[in-house]
Amino acid sequence: MQQDALVIAGKTYQSRLLVGTGKYKDFQQTAEALDASGCDIVTVAIRRVNLGQNAGEPNLLDFLPKNRYTLLPNTAGCYSADDAVRTLRLARELLDDHRLVKLEVLGDPNNLFPNVRETLKAAETLVKEGFDVMVYTSDDPIVARELEQIGCCAIMPLASLIGSGMGILNPWNLQLIIEQSQVPVLVDAGVGTASDAAIAMELGCDGVLMNTAIAAAQDPVRMAMAMKLGVQAGREAYLAGRMPKRFYSATPSSPREGVISSRQG
Amino acid sequence: MPTIQLNGESRHFDATVSTLSDLITALELGGKRIAIECNGEIVPRSQHASTPLSDGDALEIVVAVGGG
Repeated sequence: MQQDALVIAGKTYQSRLLVGTGKYKDFQQTAEALDASGCDIVTVAIRRVNLGQNAGEPNLLDFLPKNRYTLLPNTAGCYSADDAVRTLRLARELLDDHRLVKLEVLGDPNNLFPNVRETLKAAETLVKEGFDVMVYTSDDPIVARELEQIGCCAIMPLASLIGSGMGILNPWNLQLIIEQSQVPVLVDAGVGTASDAAIAMELGCDGVLMNTAIAAAQDPVRMAMAMKLGVQAGREAYLAGRMPKRFYSATPSSPREGVISSRQG
Repeated sequence: MPTIQLNGESRHFDATVSTLSDLITALELGGKRIAIECNGEIVPRSQHASTPLSDGDALEIVVAVGGG
């Protein structure tokens, strides 16, 4: 079989599953789930350091094997272009001139829908400053196109609300974005279980980014493995090219002739 | 005796805390993976020792945490 790698901003990744590091029971479970998922890219958030009583607490980065994962710092929780840009400048400093980032600028604390106006603004600044911007956005193909024109290296539309596990609610819009995009399109947000990941990949997505679907499963490590297989299965099915759907016309898989029969011809 | 805005809170430090490096030590953050923004500008790690702390400075000190 042909090599089938994901290329983002000129770098090649073997896995098409990107995994977040939030909401796990502890760092040990985070590390085990990441390992089981087979992912190459993991997202991290940037937050104010705990001062005072928790000064000695362990850090997430100490639990991730060095050089195994590409870290993808995000701007989760930012509601303005300015905050998002500042956060990613801090991330670049924190991670030693790291350029690959996930931009998300939110517009509502309840539904976590992206504020596309602020997202576009932040994307322009970040691209100018040399960041490789993977951008979380709505599934609006017009916005997706603008983000690509600005120079984002990957478009990451939501499939349903962040952390909702509602699955792929609008495959048609995703497909419009996939068909028009020259850069990778990854579903970011909404996947709930392995079949959702497979559906996203069957649509032709280049990858899937998820966090809660794994972390909030009863057994996160096992779900991480399920997601790995779901993404792989969906990708292979996409590459294989599914059979056309035949509405109202069954065709048997076995020969029609030669069936033993007690019926009198 | 500088008073600074540290991660959104007003904090007082004694006069021995005169550079960013002093502050990092005072906060017991030495050796940790952190990044610092001072008055809206990133201060690279290599400049922590040479960056003076002034009264009224607004600092953000961040780390990487779990997130999606």
